[in-house]
Amino acid sequence: MTAQIPDPIEAGLKRGWKVIDASTLDQDQRLEADVVIVGSGAGGGISAEILARSGLSVIVVEEGPLKSSRDFKMREADAYPQLYQESAARKTSDKAINILQGRAVGGSTTVNWTSSFRTPESTLAWWRRHHGLAFASSDELAPWFAMAERRTGVVDWLVDPNQNNDLLRRGATKLGIATSSIRRNVQGCWNLGYCGMGCPTNAKQSMLVTTIPAALDNGATLITRARAERLQLRGQTVDELICTALDESGVQPSGRQLRLRARHFVVSGGAINTPALLLRSKAPDPSGQLGKRTFLHTTLISAAFYETRVEGWAGAPQSVYSDHFLGVDPIDGPLGYKLETPPLHPLLLATTMSGFGEQHAAAMRDFAHLGGMLALLRDGFHAESAGGEVHLRADGGAELDYPLNDFLWDGARRALLSMAEIQFAAGARTVQPAHEKAQRYRSWAEARREIAALPQRAHVTRVVSAHVMGGCAMDGDERRGVVDPAGRYRGLANVSVHDGSLFPTSLGANPQLTIYAITARLASGLAAQLTKRPAAALA
Amino acid sequence: MANPPRTSRRTFLAVGGLAALALGAGGAWYRATHKTEAQRFALDGEARAALHAIAPAILDGALAHDPARRQQQLGSAIDAVEAAIRGLPQATQEEVQDLFGLLALRPARRLLTGVPTGWESADIRQVSAFLQDWRVHRLGMMRSAYGALHDLVLGAWYAQPASWDAIGYPGPPRVLA
Repeated sequence: MTAQIPDPIEAGLKRGWKVIDASTLDQDQRLEADVVIVGSGAGGGISAEILARSGLSVIVVEEGPLKSSRDFKMREADAYPQLYQESAARKTSDKAINILQGRAVGGSTTVNWTSSFRTPESTLAWWRRHHGLAFASSDELAPWFAMAERRTGVVDWLVDPNQNNDLLRRGATKLGIATSSIRRNVQGCWNLGYCGMGCPTNAKQSMLVTTIPAALDNGATLITRARAERLQLRGQTVDELICTALDESGVQPSGRQLRLRARHFVVSGGAINTPALLLRSKAPDPSGQLGKRTFLHTTLISAAFYETRVEGWAGAPQSVYSDHFLGVDPIDGPLGYKLETPPLHPLLLATTMSGFGEQHAAAMRDFAHLGGMLALLRDGFHAESAGGEVHLRADGGAELDYPLNDFLWDGARRALLSMAEIQFAAGARTVQPAHEKAQRYRSWAEARREIAALPQRAHVTRVVSAHVMGGCAMDGDERRGVVDPAGRYRGLANVSVHDGSLFPTSLGANPQLTIYAITARLASGLAAQLTKRPAAALA
Repeated sequence: MANPPRTSRRTFLAVGGLAALALGAGGAWYRATHKTEAQRFALDGEARAALHAIAPAILDGALAHDPARRQQQLGSAIDAVEAAIRGLPQATQEEVQDLFGLLALRPARRLLTGVPTGWESADIRQVSAFLQDWRVHRLGMMRSAYGALHDLVLGAWYAQPASWDAIGYPGPPRVLA
């Protein structure tokens, strides 16, 4: 049956794409191009297509493997080790926050849940006022959003939400809380629910099936299973990028090395690996802000058990959201939060559900009746919400330190209360927040009393993230920003940063579309500068 | 059974401050004695015995009651844990080794888990009691050690299609899987 689904990667490889799987190299390599791009996710993918279409020779380096629809078998046991950073178990340094980040060609866009939001105007206004980013307005960015939406097939999702999403809609509506539909970057979606394990039908218009193939068709070279080790500096110029080839499992170095020379380097490794590469390279850091102010949309989780079947594994994972709790307080007041739902699959659910033994097994036996809800805290706008910091471990690996303070716990407690109230309003028989001391509460009255009294503490309160942002903040003021408003790294003449690490705060919305639009704008400026001609647009 | 978990819990809580030292020492010892398989993580000897004793407490309610079937399930779950650890970055693998190294050391086991005799004879009540202690321990390191055991064992278990019937999960759509 799988043969009926055309595989654009297989077809491209047959057409003669230049793809080097570094794990197969039996000797060191030297390559050269106009531009080397580190990372093939949202920022790297968009940049690769624009630069390659503009006539520049491009090399894209990716730490993960090139996998495609024929590999995507919807099995967590295979998908997490293959497609995610650290087998989907990447954690902050104190292990208190589990971070989902992609690591494959297409980066997180290969495994995200397709939610497509333009940057909220309130966030852009903050960036204009506090970070000297004059371009940050809905009007100024509208053409870039339109280009990115066209390229990634963003559509209004007209199919009925699955039960898990509809429960958010119904519960919120009963309480007078507004919800809306989430737009999705899909074409011909089968509504299966396995977006997080790689789209088996190529409906998701991720970088894997859009910009990366376009760049390769325009002559770009893709190197997979190669870890960007360091930029070789000569004064304020980068000469080359040194990469370590990985073995087939993607865990250990194979012993081979790649040296990539270029006129310009674009770093798009995501908001943990990008600052880490610059730190390992001992890049100048005139603002002293490199790797600092990393934001996570720190996320709280609430499970609810319903009389009816929910079957949270089936159907588009995210189709309903509420921004009600982002608007209760000012953006720089107590933490606001966006409400969404997660897809539910056995491995991720079992590791997220607190407790063990019979209590845990009993919850798992109710899997089909379980609904999940997420609250994403909008971090980075209040003085008490300064985010985390990327640092290097002794072995040079990247690690994020993200302190959890009382200001955050206040937001966490309110978020757990809001979710429980909505779940009971939607008809939940019991609600259990993801918290080691929480029980299955049988009424909103009980939940309200008990959740208010729960101690909020690292590891005890379950905290996760799928959105890593910041660490190379873009700012008009050179004393505050690692990167200037054109995306150029301050202190290095030929380095740009094109990924979510540019954001000076979090967004208050899933980040893929913001990364697409902003990096499309930056890559177009860079292409024009390098070629002395107007940049080519995305297809 | 003769040694009620209550006593061991008190002992355990009293020595919590030594955990950091013990964790480091356990890892160093484990690494020093497991150099043969260059960098490839292996769960063997007393470390494997520890997981063999701990997993039934974590999976209580999910494992079969029939002893033969149970042993077979445990064996494959532990193999799956080992495989999952090998997929983690080297630095994380070493942290996990530190944890199992600690669990394999007799004095540390007694002090930190309260399990009085070897892992071979540890019963589910003793193991559940120390897991419960670690879960909400005042030291973040112990809570994160609990988290690692929780995620590794439950993740490995529910990743297996053999576990899906019991939770009513039909698996991915067959037409594409």
